[in-house]
This record gives sequence, structure tokens and C-alpha cells, in this order.
Amino acid sequence: MYIILVGGGKVGFHLARALLGEGHEILVIERDRRKCMTINDELGSVVLQGDGCEAAILTEAGAARADLVIAVTGGDEDNLVVCQLAKGKFHAPRTIARINNPKNESIFKKLGIDDTISSTQVIMERIQAEIPSHPMLHLATLGSYGLELVNLSVPEGSVAAGRRLRDISLPPQTVVSLIISTDGPRVPTGDTQIQVGDEVIAVTRVESEDTLRAQFTSQH
Amino acid sequence: MRVVIMGCGRVGSTLAATLDQSGHQVTILDLDSTQFRRLPAAFGGQSLVGNGVDQDVLRRAGIEDADVFVAVTQGDNRNLMASQIAKHVFNVRKVVCRTYDPVREEFYQELGLTTISPTKVISRMIGDMLQGPE
Repeated sequence: MYIILVGGGKVGFHLARALLGEGHEILVIERDRRKCMTINDELGSVVLQGDGCEAAILTEAGAARADLVIAVTGGDEDNLVVCQLAKGKFHAPRTIARINNPKNESIFKKLGIDDTISSTQVIMERIQAEIPSHPMLHLATLGSYGLELVNLSVPEGSVAAGRRLRDISLPPQTVVSLIISTDGPRVPTGDTQIQVGDEVIAVTRVESEDTLRAQFTSQH
Repeated sequence: MRVVIMGCGRVGSTLAATLDQSGHQVTILDLDSTQFRRLPAAFGGQSLVGNGVDQDVLRRAGIEDADVFVAVTQGDNRNLMASQIAKHVFNVRKVVCRTYDPVREEFYQELGLTTISPTKVISRMIGDMLQGPE
């Protein structure tokens, strides 16, 4: 694949190296002359000095034949414009934008940038997955439906412990799909009793997350 | 009308002062509070420090009730992003975005933004002056 990376900072540099290692054709567009020299010295002549938001530079970079354009500068506004130009003007089949401010994720989606990566979000997800004491893990986000798959651990003293599933008023559009107890996993019915230590796998709406968490993990 | 202006440089501050004088309700945003010194002492609008590409800052500036949003910072991309947020997220009726780069200006105009490129406008005016009668 021919991949254009806009932004030759730390993320751009290491991404370029990794993608080169996978055998892709890479071009990094970077404004700063010093950063360009470092990339040139370490990775070879895979760098073009200039502003990746300028159509002239994107033309020079051969954006029209790029299979993928990735914008990884430290400025969300720059990443947005790079992706919109690459898509709208150069018809890049795919664009990916790095998002620095996690709040911008929904805005980028709304403005037509489908693939976004927020480093803050990624790190948060890793932390949530790595720290076992965390009462709720995000397992997956289900496309653009605003739904997610979560894993709740029922802690000692939880208000849900000892209650039947039917007696817990779940938020709307929430389904408990699986309960993993010491006896192994089972698909619950309304009569299933929640026990301390159970892992509850549920599908819920993003906005109901906090309510659901409270129902299973808050203390008496 | 209720106006939110992003960027308190020469253009932003002049526009803010003019609109304020004509009785409009103006809020002006800038990243740097010292820029507000450009506003006249009699300015009756609101000035707010913050980045207009942040939707929470725009909300604080009253974007939800604004009739007009004008983006006139030095950064084309900042102006373009904030204008798109104003138009597509907050559904502001009238959005005007300054874009120095004529290529970006035309591209975003095709995407439905109201953009103005001083580079294009001024070079055209100077060209006309040079070709006009002495």
C-alpha cells in the first residue's frame, strides 16, 4: 500500500518505521526541517518537508494515488483538514485521524472522518482492562449504534448481590447476556440470582453506562 | 442578533466593535487575553478566553443560541474546524469562515461553508487597481 503520513513527530516517526517494516510504501509530510532531517537520517528518503494541509504539498506527495492517508499531528484541526482534503479533493479511499482531545471524536465522526484514534482513549481502555479492581470493563463498542458491551464485577457488599435479575430495574435497551460465576458461564433468566464475585456481561447504551454500573457495583 | 466571533485580532476586534455599536449582542473569543486590549473601552459585549475548536468553550460563548458565528483567527484549519462545529453540531444559521489559503477556501465552499479568502480578495482588488485608470 502507498501510505501518506502527515506529521513527523514521535507518533508519525514510529508509525512510519513500523509501516515501512511491514513493507508499505511510506511518505511522511512534516513542516519542521529538523524533524525531516531526523526522519531522513534514520528511515531514508521517505520525507517531504511542507504543510500537509496545503493542496500543493499533497499533490506533490502523490495523494491521488495514496491508498491511505493518516494524519497524526498534534493539532486536531490540522488532522481534520488533512483528512477532509485527502478524501474530498484527492479521493483517498481511506483516511485515519489521530485525535488529541477525546472530546473531538464525535465531531470528527459527524464531519465524515470515520476512522479516528484517540491516544487518551486507547490508554484509558488499556488501564481499565489491566486493572482488575476496576468494577466495569468496556469489552467492545458496537458500531455506530451507541451500544457497548461491558463486563461488570459484582463486589463484596454490592446492592445487587442476592437479588434476582428480574428485581433489578435495568436501564432501557440493556440486556444481561451472560453471567460468569464460579460454576462457569450461564445465560441468565429473570430468576437468576446475582452473587458476589459474578462477572456480568451486558449490552447497554453508552449513556446508561453509569446507571448500570451503579446497579451492580454500588455498595449497601 | 447574537454573534460569536472567534479571534480577537485586527479583523475580529473591529468587527466586534462595529456589531456591538449597532446594537448586536457580541461574544468574542481568543486564546490570549491580551488581545482583548484591541477592543474599544466602550465595548459592551462579552470577551472570553478559550479555544473555539473546543465545543465546551463554544457552548460557554453561547453558541447554542447564536444567530451568527464568525471565525477569524490566524489559523485556517482552526477557523475551518470551528466553523464546521458551529454549522454541523450547533446548527448556527449563518457561519462565516476566513481562510487565507484560496485552495482550502474553495474546497470548503464546495462543502457548503461560507468562506472568504483575503488572499484572493485583496490580490484581485490590487490587480484591479493596477489595471484601472491612474
